Amino acid sequence: MIGAQRQGGFTIFLTFVVALVLTMLPLPDWGEAMRPEWVALVLIYWCIALPLRVGVFIGWIVGLFLDVASGALLGQNAIALAFVAYLAIKLHLRIRLFPLWQQAMSVLVLVALYQMITLWIKGMIGATTQGWSYWLHSVSSMMLWPVVFTLLRFLRRNYKVR
Amino acid sequence: MVIDHRQHHLESIRATLSLVIYPLQYAVSLPFSAADWAGEKLSTREKLLEENAQLRMQQKLMMAQLQKLSALKVENIRLRELLKSSKNITEHVLIAELLAVDMEPFTRKIVINKGSADEVYRGQPLLDAEGVMGQIIHVNPFSSTAMLITDPNHAIPVHVNRNGLRAIALGTGAPDVLDIPYLPNSADIEEGDLLTSSGLGGRFPRDYPVAKVTTVVKDPSKPYAVVKAKPTALLETSREVLLVWSQESPRNTDNANTGEAQSPPAATPGSALDSETNDDDTMTGVNP
Repeated sequence: MIGAQRQGGFTIFLTFVVALVLTMLPLPDWGEAMRPEWVALVLIYWCIALPLRVGVFIGWIVGLFLDVASGALLGQNAIALAFVAYLAIKLHLRIRLFPLWQQAMSVLVLVALYQMITLWIKGMIGATTQGWSYWLHSVSSMMLWPVVFTLLRFLRRNYKVR
Repeated sequence: MVIDHRQHHLESIRATLSLVIYPLQYAVSLPFSAADWAGEKLSTREKLLEENAQLRMQQKLMMAQLQKLSALKVENIRLRELLKSSKNITEHVLIAELLAVDMEPFTRKIVINKGSADEVYRGQPLLDAEGVMGQIIHVNPFSSTAMLITDPNHAIPVHVNRNGLRAIALGTGAPDVLDIPYLPNSADIEEGDLLTSSGLGGRFPRDYPVAKVTTVVKDPSKPYAVVKAKPTALLETSREVLLVWSQESPRNTDNANTGEAQSPPAATPGSALDSETNDDDTMTGVNP
């Protein structure tokens, strides 16, 4: 049923690479505080658009690379992203039908969950975090969702990723 | 998996994954190093001449100070021989460059472009021209991750340069604040005191500047004084860092004669550009 139709894996791979690069890009302090969770955004998009291709396992792998890139505890982002991917796939039929702003709200919830899991893990290993500004990442992710969505949809259609 | 990581069984996996990440990190930092390079290439001749003159001046000053230093070093060796207390070690230094990549928010970590290929090891101290910066926490083949002394998980044993009072400097997560806890209100510490690494614990070499005390609040109703300090190293702006190998590393085995009375002038006063002598007591060598 799926077989022969799969293509554009390279495009998916490339979007994740770009997301990782954007995550590592040095920014001034205010930009750092506002930095959206690029990897989570891209993962959510692919989970909604192509739930048969991108899922928990891909999320886990990408999360491992994110851990290494950001010097976090190995597995911290992996488990959080795997969880986000699971939820996104569970909800993909519903989210697909939402208008863009409503999608952005769901993305806010998903990214906030992702942040909450990493926060728990950080709390368990005794890392301190600075109050409410931590959640700005979720808010900026929500703001950028329409842009990310349109861009990735364009890429998906243009390169016929199926 | 997380628990496993605490025992550091996964370092090899991390190192392997980092091989894939390294080109990305390199690519991210490329525009920044390119900008540096272009800035150097495009600077005018007068500017270079000016800088050259300035550096020459600086070098003369340094040389003058160095003369005194070698005399002091000789004296120090003689005194230590009298005390029969410790040995000299030669420290080997390597310059590494920062990769301009951002790490996890709220932690203070940096990536440098030297790894196990250059015999970097875990726990290795990292300095810059002004003081101690931090230590290596992950070693990958071509890069490594270092934790700065301002990271909330970092602590470094220090002593007050003026009187040898021992303390611990904890990172706070803020870019230029260190916390000095557990000092009683009666402790002799003042604003402006220089804190140097005490070498206790054996991880950091002794007597490198770490921080300057900025505030001391002694509240009689609290058991301990609240002491804050500012790191002397330029943690946020340094592009080049120094990696230090001290005695345990395989790199310098040339200095084995500890008991014999070595003739003082031969004791490497500036023998190589990148090495300097420093004395490192074991745990017994606490200041009076």
